[in-house]
Order: sequence, then C-alpha cells, then structure tokens
Amino acid sequence: MIKIERRNETSNLIYFLTPVLAIFLTLVTGAIIFYLLGFKPLEALKFFFVTPISDLYGLSELLVKATPLCLIAIGLSFCFKSNNWNIGAEGQLTFGGIVGGGVALLFYNHEGVYVLPLIILAGAFGGMVFAMIPAILKIYFNTNEILVSLMLVYVSKLLLDYLVVGPWSNPEGFNFPETRQFSDSARLPILFEGLRIHAGIFIALVSVFLAWVVLFKTYLGFQIKVSGLSLKTAKYAGFKGRKMILLVFMVSGACAGLAGVGEITGPIGQLHRMISPEYGFTAIIVAFLGRLNPIGIVFASLIVALTYLGAETAQIFLQVPKYTGQVFQGMILFFLLASDFLLFFRIKLSGFKKYEY
Amino acid sequence: MYKYFLRLLALVLLLLGFSMNANAEFKVGFVYVGPTGDHGWTYQHDEGRKAVEAAGIKTTYVESVPEGADAERVIRQLAQSGHDLIFTTSFGYMDPTNKVAKDFPNVKFEHATGYKREHSNVSTYSARFYEGRTLLGHMAGKMTKTNVIGYIASFPIPEVIRGINAMTLAAQKVNPNIKTKIVWVFTWYDPGKESEAAQALIDQGADIIMQHTDSTAPVQVAEKAGVWSFGQASDMQRFAPKSILTSIIDDWAPYYVERSIAARDGTWKQQDTWHGLKEGMVAMAPYNSAMGSGLVKEVEKLQKDLASGKAHSFTGPIYDQKGNLLVAKGKVADDGMLAGMSVYVKGVEGDIPK
Repeated sequence: MIKIERRNETSNLIYFLTPVLAIFLTLVTGAIIFYLLGFKPLEALKFFFVTPISDLYGLSELLVKATPLCLIAIGLSFCFKSNNWNIGAEGQLTFGGIVGGGVALLFYNHEGVYVLPLIILAGAFGGMVFAMIPAILKIYFNTNEILVSLMLVYVSKLLLDYLVVGPWSNPEGFNFPETRQFSDSARLPILFEGLRIHAGIFIALVSVFLAWVVLFKTYLGFQIKVSGLSLKTAKYAGFKGRKMILLVFMVSGACAGLAGVGEITGPIGQLHRMISPEYGFTAIIVAFLGRLNPIGIVFASLIVALTYLGAETAQIFLQVPKYTGQVFQGMILFFLLASDFLLFFRIKLSGFKKYEY
Repeated sequence: MYKYFLRLLALVLLLLGFSMNANAEFKVGFVYVGPTGDHGWTYQHDEGRKAVEAAGIKTTYVESVPEGADAERVIRQLAQSGHDLIFTTSFGYMDPTNKVAKDFPNVKFEHATGYKREHSNVSTYSARFYEGRTLLGHMAGKMTKTNVIGYIASFPIPEVIRGINAMTLAAQKVNPNIKTKIVWVFTWYDPGKESEAAQALIDQGADIIMQHTDSTAPVQVAEKAGVWSFGQASDMQRFAPKSILTSIIDDWAPYYVERSIAARDGTWKQQDTWHGLKEGMVAMAPYNSAMGSGLVKEVEKLQKDLASGKAHSFTGPIYDQKGNLLVAKGKVADDGMLAGMSVYVKGVEGDIPK
C-alpha cells in the first residue's frame, strides 16, 4: 500500500532551494534528450545556456526578454499569493498595449516629454481596468476567475486584430495589419547605442522594489499572505476580502499593461497582431519558479528568458528543433511542482500489514 | 601609454581577423514564420532551402520566429554568426530586416512579400500568385453547379484581393453567372478557423472551396462534403485526393539557388523580384483528371498563354463593384495598379473589411 501524508514541517531553506534543484534536473534531463536526438549533450547545453549571453548584445537581449516576464510575474504574485487565479495576464497585456498604443497614435508626430509618460500610464490603466472585469464578476456573482480571465484573453486579442486591420491600420501600409511606426517621442529611450535594452527595465525594477515593500512591510501584504494561507482565518480576522480581491487584480492587470506598453514603445515601436509571444502565459511559470517572491521572480524571469534565446541559438548553430525551448520551460515547471509535492507530502510504503479499522 | 594603446589595438585587430577567418565559409540563413512541417508556406520555403543545400551551399534556418520583437534578434544573430545572405520569409519581418541590414552592410538580405528596401543590401521578392488564381477561376467557373465559389481569405492586403479578383474575372469569362463568396479569417494558419470557414461557405451553397490560407484543413473539409477544392502553397493532393482539382505551388527553389550563387560569387545586386508562371516561381500541381480531358487541355493552354504573356490575368474591360471602369477594353493592368489593388471587381459579394 502506498500512502501519501502531509509533512508536519518543511525547511524554509529547502523551500527556496527546490527551484535550483528543478533547474538542475531540467539540465540533466535536457542533456539526455539532446543525446537521444543525436547531439553532443554538453555542446548542445553550452549553445543553449552559455552562447546566447556570451556577449553584450546577448546580455542586453536577455534583459529585453526578461523585462516583460518579470513585470507580469510580479503582478501575478499578488493574485496567486492571495488565492486569486488570474490566468489572463496575456489579455491584460494586450489591452494595456491597445490603450497605450491608442494614445501613441493619438499623439502621432507630437513632440514633447509628456507623450511617453502619458502612454505608459494609459497602458497601466488599460491593463488594470481589464483585470477588474474578472475581479468584479468574482466578487458580485461568484464567477470563476480562471475561466473569465482566460476567455478575456481572446476578447482582447480579437479587439487588437480588429483595430490593426481596420480603423488604426497604417494609411500608407497597403492594408497590412499594423499601425504606423510611433513617433520618437512615444518610444522608450534606448540605454546603450547599438543595443536594444530600453528604459522599460527601470519600470520593472521599481515594480520589484515596490512589490517587496508592499508584500513584506505593510499590513496589506500581511492580509494578502493570510488570505492565501487560509481564507477562513482572513475572514475571522475581519479582513475585507472583496476589496482585496479587487486590489490584487488591479495590481496584476496594471503590471501586465505596463509590460504590454513596454513592448510596443520599446523593441516593437508600433501595434500589430504579434505584440506578445504569449508572455502573459509564460509569466505564470516565472511567478511560480520565483516562489511568488519579488527577488525570486527576478532570477526566474532571467532563466526563462534564457530558454527562449537558447532555443534560437541552438537552432542556428546545431539545428536543434526550436521547440526544445518550450520543452525546457515545461520541464522546469514540472520538476518544481514534483519536488514541491515531495516537500510538502511524504510517501509512506506501509508494506503488507493488515489494515485495522 | 600610447604604446600600450597601440598594442591593444593590434590585439583587437588580430582577434577580429581570427573571428572573420573562422567564419569564412559562405552560409545562407533562413527565417521562417511557421514550423517547417506546416505543409504550406514555410514548408515550401524550406524546400527552397534544401535546393540551395543541394547546390553545395551551407544553410541554416530558424523556424517559428514570431513577427514581433523576437524577429530582429534572430535576424541579427544570423548576420552576426557569419551568414552572408539571409532570407526573411514573412511580411512581418520587413522592418526588422531593414534595421539589421543597416548595421551589416556586407551581409545581403532578401525579404519576401515586402515593399521596403531602405538599404542597398536589401532585396525584396514575391510571386505572381494571381496568375495561378486565374487558372483556378477558369476551372471553378466550369466545374460549379451552384454557381457559388467559396473563398477563404486571410487579410485584406493587395496580394489577397488581387487573388480574389483574378479568380473572379477568369470564372466570369467562362460562366457569367458565378458569384464569389468570401470569409475573412484574419489568420494565415489556423486549421480550426479555416475549417469552420470552409463549412460555412459550403452551407451557403458553395461547391468550390478556395483558400488563401496555409493549412490543409479547408481541402479536408471539402473532401468530406464532396465539393471541389484547390490546394495552397504546396501540392496538397494527398490530403484530399478526390476533391482537389490542382494546387498553386510556390516554388522558391530556383530563385533561392540563383540568389545564393550570385551572393557567393559577388554578383548579387539589389532588386525587386516579382516572378510568375513564366519563371516557374508559381507552378501548378498535376490537374485532377476528374474534370475531364477537355477542360484539362483548356487550362493547360491558358497556363501556357499566361506564361508567354499572350494572356494576362487582368485584361480590360474590368469594372469595380460599383461599376466604375478600372481597366479599359484591350488594356491590361500595370504592375503599379496590381501592387496597390484595394477594391473588388464586379461579381464579388460583400465589402472589403475596413
């Protein structure tokens, strides 16, 4: 007989070491997969995890890729910590991009330092409002926020499709589904000439710091934590549950909206249908890999960003199939969840003893 | 200090020299928007790449590169890692291609289906797919019983509208009663959406299904429903052996081989290429004998005439939906007009989405 029981206590150190263990196991399994595919395992791993960041350009690209992931995951950690399952960050990102992009087009060819801050605020606002929909429906109608937030992803993506094909499409663009290139005043400044790393990284870093302060140093952070551990306790303690649900969704949506607006005013420079390669979904992996902890999320976003870059480099140099990148992301999450399971539960083999009732 | 600086400079130059020598072999890179196994657009580009490889030139590809912020990094990495010629095979790579081309003046770039050549090392190329559509229209007009032709369209860009118009004009010539019904799916590749669109068209009475999207879903739906269909980009015959009358094949291989050899031998020059049936960039899969040998012969003759220039897909008089004259009798539409085409011709139902 196999019995699964909850462990009474778990070590805090091991709790934060398991992500490292998960990454290690991913590397070992990855090496085995590369070997079975007929590649030299060590060489393939080197092209996957070392080559992409072996020069300045690569490092800058890593940060460009990690910035939106980190921002979204920070927001998601507020939701997940308090037992609110916001799966629709991708939709909030898209809607933030739409609102921010709309402002950018409105101020097309306007010079002036106020343009960019206005766009960024509009993006955050857009994401926030879009995230309030599942929150309000949950509060007043007890709907399932997983379903509502997920389905709203398609709503916002279709809205973006409509806008870039129709009313907002570039009048000189032969009807191709994209807007004009934004004016320079609407673009996030580039930090170093020749590299793509942009000022969006400061937005992410400030968010990390603020999240840390709120989650660990304020009464609100305490409320979020308690609600996550036990909703009943939170109720006994008299926390205002409804207000908090709305708040964490607003924070989460605003972060996703910032990520969206950071992409369109940063590396992309216009609105089109592909403003995000599903950052909103990948950020869920990042949030959990980072243990819903702001500092952990910074590291997790860098690692997950590296799997994207690695997949490209490995394909360029070794013609390893591109989808190995997604395999690596999946493996990291799988090993993390599996080790968590063993961390919180113990498997007891009770042999062939007779059961006594 | 000065001496130290000089020594450092010499070292840097030496290292640069080494890294250049290491990458001396001529290499061609390809950037794909989809997976190589899509049996449509990307599949055909990869067939072209294999032809380059068969000609003795080393190639590299990166598949499923999103048309957003990632494209620029991939193109730049290919340029940086010693590729001398880079084909970027989707419209969305237009701005990233031009941006990277600026920083790598010694690398040649070829962008498919775009219109921007901002630097002298960027060429653009596309195929006159509309010539194939003319042949499809001829067959459709002859084969339809319901006089309704169903057309699954992707985005209302000139290329797609040109295809719809060319097909409709050719079908009207052999059957003045036909109507073209269009469903816009706003995607290039989405088997689910495409098959729904095909079903919707069949439900509206279409007995011919045509697609400007890349998956094999529509021809499979047509096969099941027992209506005629046409394959897109590659020969899709084996996915719907009874239903498919022919497929328009994008044959990039000769162009890719020619341009790769030119780049290797130093004769590559910037150009804007628009090849069709004549050069073989547009080719037709074998015709289904179910349409009868008489019709097959007619179509083969039309194909020959289009290739030789004796016939043209857009020969006047051509009217738009409102009845305004677009091309006068006896004239043919010039390339400028074709490139910017943004209105339907008479006989197409509905409005272009705006």
